Amino acid sequence: MNNKKATRGDPAAKPARIKFMLDTVTLQKSDAYIPAAPYIGRCTAQFAPRKGQLVSAEQVQDELGALIMRVRDGQDEDAFAALFRHFAPRIKGFLMKSGATATLAEECAQDVMATLWQKSHLFDPTRASAATWIFTIARNRRIDALRKSRRPEPEDLSWGPEAEPDQQDVLELAQDSERLAEALALLPEKQRELIERAYFGDLSHSEIAAETGLPLGTIKSRIRLALDRLRHKLS
Amino acid sequence: MTIRHHISNQLLMGYSAGQLPEAFNLVVAVHLTMCDDCKARLGAFDAVGGVLMDGCDEVALSSDCLAATMAKLAQPTASLPRTKGSLPAPLMDYIGGDLAAVKWRSIGMGVRQAILPTDTTATARLLYIPAGRPVPDHGHNGTELTLVLQGAFRDETDRFGPGDLEIAGEELNHQPIAEAGVDCICLAATDAPLRFNGVLARIAQPFFRI
Repeated sequence: MNNKKATRGDPAAKPARIKFMLDTVTLQKSDAYIPAAPYIGRCTAQFAPRKGQLVSAEQVQDELGALIMRVRDGQDEDAFAALFRHFAPRIKGFLMKSGATATLAEECAQDVMATLWQKSHLFDPTRASAATWIFTIARNRRIDALRKSRRPEPEDLSWGPEAEPDQQDVLELAQDSERLAEALALLPEKQRELIERAYFGDLSHSEIAAETGLPLGTIKSRIRLALDRLRHKLS
Repeated sequence: MTIRHHISNQLLMGYSAGQLPEAFNLVVAVHLTMCDDCKARLGAFDAVGGVLMDGCDEVALSSDCLAATMAKLAQPTASLPRTKGSLPAPLMDYIGGDLAAVKWRSIGMGVRQAILPTDTTATARLLYIPAGRPVPDHGHNGTELTLVLQGAFRDETDRFGPGDLEIAGEELNHQPIAEAGVDCICLAATDAPLRFNGVLARIAQPFFRI
């Protein structure tokens, strides 16, 4: 009955993922700034990329994705705690910017993190970065909590994510997110503000101008990749 | 199925950002279920949200927050199994079944409608237009989204077949006519009452919540 889970729990059956995690570790050890206080061995995701640090946003997202995979495949509580330290304060910040009180925002941040745990089997690192995936959960929770309305979702792929993500795809997606973050940071203040207002819930749908100047060119490969995967799955 | 009319960037961004009225969200979700191109584009807009959320200032949590969250992990999720049928799943969720479960009401000239239960910021309805028949000539006070589920219609702008989404704004006056052959079924959403050009339709308007 639970064949899928049994396979996932067996380390011997997972050479590719183990390699993935080791790769991530190698990356950090050689390049990243690792603060003195040790945490859970190889995980530094709690140390968010801050100005002046040597950890690239791409590496951090990559590592956060790997942590979700550990939650997904091994119900790893340490990995979850590291994800919590990175994301929960940001989710709270995001929800407060969207108009929630501190109390409500914190309660919702807890719910979002709990949903991450419960729905981790749906996480596919070749389709979304950790931040993207968690954003969608936080957004849905916000609609639920602040607008009290239902959120119709498209029919999801019934087959779910692959057990062994293609590392090339994961890498491409991470680079893409990095380019997007850079492009957003480089936007003129006014434009960036408009996009932020749209996402933080301060702009009605009719106010979202057709031309927000969103640098969509930077995410072309993401769109192509997603399309390839959707088509491949169907064939 | 070749879809020629897709979700605009504006709408897709609104959907990703969670800013659309529920009725619009429903139309977008149904189109996304039918259209891989838009589903792929949505991923890009969600990525923007991810970058913005990840860049938010961290707000300190209460000291027991992690422990409180860990305590929630064991609770089972209450996700309902989706009904499978001939219609896209998000639509079936709102109808509570297949086309057979739709409670149609006649609105004249053979056209039937069924209003779906969404919040009141906009109205979602299913429209049934017999093959070859027109919908009364009308303009828009806001935005009207019309997604074809079956058959096809034409108006002053183009032809719309299964999966196609027409986005009509205040500037458009149109009279959609169902193509001959197959009866046309659409999912439509409006965030403001339509402006009917005919007197009879205007009188009937309040009764049909159009």
